[in-house]
Amino acid sequence: MRIHADREVCVAAGMCALTAPDLFDQDEDDGRVIVLRSDLTDHDVEAAHEAVELCPSGALRITG
Amino acid sequence: MSTVDVPRGVPLDRPNPFDPSTSLAEIRATRPVSRMIFFPDEHLGWFVTDHGLARQVLADTRFSSASLTPRSPVDAPFLFNKVQKVPVDPGTFIRMDPPDHTRLRRKLTGVFTVRRMNELEDRVSQIVDLHLDAMESQPRPVDLVKHFALPIPSMVICELLGVPYEEREQFEARTRHMFSLSTKPEDRLSHMKAIQGFIAALAVGKRSDPADDLLSDLTRDEDLTDDELAGMGFLLLVAGHETTANMLGLGTFALLEHPEQAALLRSEPELMPKAVEELLRYLSVIHLGPRREAIEDIELAGHHIKKGEQVLISVPAANRDPAKFDDPDVLDVTRNATGHLAFGHGVHQCLGQQLARIEMRTAFDALLRRFPTLRLAVPAEEVPLRTDMGIYGVHSLPVTW
Ligand code: HEM
Ligand code: SF4
Repeated sequence: MRIHADREVCVAAGMCALTAPDLFDQDEDDGRVIVLRSDLTDHDVEAAHEAVELCPSGALRITG
Repeated sequence: MSTVDVPRGVPLDRPNPFDPSTSLAEIRATRPVSRMIFFPDEHLGWFVTDHGLARQVLADTRFSSASLTPRSPVDAPFLFNKVQKVPVDPGTFIRMDPPDHTRLRRKLTGVFTVRRMNELEDRVSQIVDLHLDAMESQPRPVDLVKHFALPIPSMVICELLGVPYEEREQFEARTRHMFSLSTKPEDRLSHMKAIQGFIAALAVGKRSDPADDLLSDLTRDEDLTDDELAGMGFLLLVAGHETTANMLGLGTFALLEHPEQAALLRSEPELMPKAVEELLRYLSVIHLGPRREAIEDIELAGHHIKKGEQVLISVPAANRDPAKFDDPDVLDVTRNATGHLAFGHGVHQCLGQQLARIEMRTAFDALLRRFPTLRLAVPAEEVPLRTDMGIYGVHSLPVTW
């Protein structure tokens, strides 16, 4: 499974970096999402789903 | 809803200091998208109380923040007495839609990241200790709002923005008037203009003599007009102290009235991040909004919302929705309360939320540790509640130890 982030949609609320710090960080300049690791392991799946659910702008998506 | 079919504004009655009006549960269960009357023109708008639908509305920018016709969701002079569209003040992006909103918000989001806010933790902790030291040396009882809940977020936002802390009495008082349901619209406007003028004057000084603060950074941005800068500074100053202050005041009251929860936090301080989310959910200090206006006809859960109709999203109702949270009326600091709407949802989701989290975690943790015997100094019924204010909380909280 892979995680995708649409940086044009992201409003830099930081819910992703708060919920799944192993998977997401925020850009130093504009706070927008940075995906640290897009290939998900079994271990990450739950946190990734939670981040998708909590993201206020709908910028995150999981495929595969 | 046996007696009234269409609520005349948001119900403000409360059965106790912590639970919202009991009619909210009934409205949510029977009509999660209900009609509601807005004031002063008796506009027939909508009231959304269901968690999922509240999220849906907030995520949909056709429910506009920019096109809001001035109206009040309560029958009070609060906000507006003339229903006449007024231009949004430059810089106040909480009242804009994309792309105007995006342009201004992006100028600040780099400052409010999770990482940057975590870096502020040590300074927040010093500010908290400073106030607890001062509180300890006061004759008891002490008003916790005056000595703890209000000054801590004020000092934090002043330092971040570069606003001299000596100015706090002035802007705290103006903010209090702005959010009072009994303040006349013209007075509210003059307080708003005064704070904006004060920020604008500060910015002039920062332009010639910049310091290491957010207002100085913004003066260096050539893409921002002076009016926009004043509007953004105003928004951050006002949004940055009053909300967090009410969470600290009401949150402390809630912990004192639920001593088993306070005891749990004293023995297991690692629960604090969860407890903060739970307090945000349980207390929902934003009790009269967010508000939006449909800019086209929109279908919502089988209802036809027409262009120009207003929608009031009830954060207290959504945060107590049993479809989302088990036993929603129970304060349980061990539960997973994420997904609450205390900071809103969608493109306007609170910009300062990571800062507010750090402030609340640090302040509650230090307070509980420092005063193991903290207790109310008056009967709970005598604590004055902010049912008369745009942001809910307590006016004062007399405590002793
Ligand atoms: C516990 C404390 C806080 C609560 C409950 C809270 C709540 C909210 C809510 C519900 C919104 C969304 C409004 C809407 O959708 O129309 C919002 C937006 C906002 N908040 Fe907060 N807030 C808090 C603390 C702060 C702090 C500390 C700051 C500043 C440092 C801040 C700055 C803002 C700004 C600038 C916006 C507008 C964001 C936008 O329109 O994109 N807030 N807040
Ligand atoms: S939670 Fe969504 S909006 Fe917020 S930073 Fe992450 S991707 Fe962006």
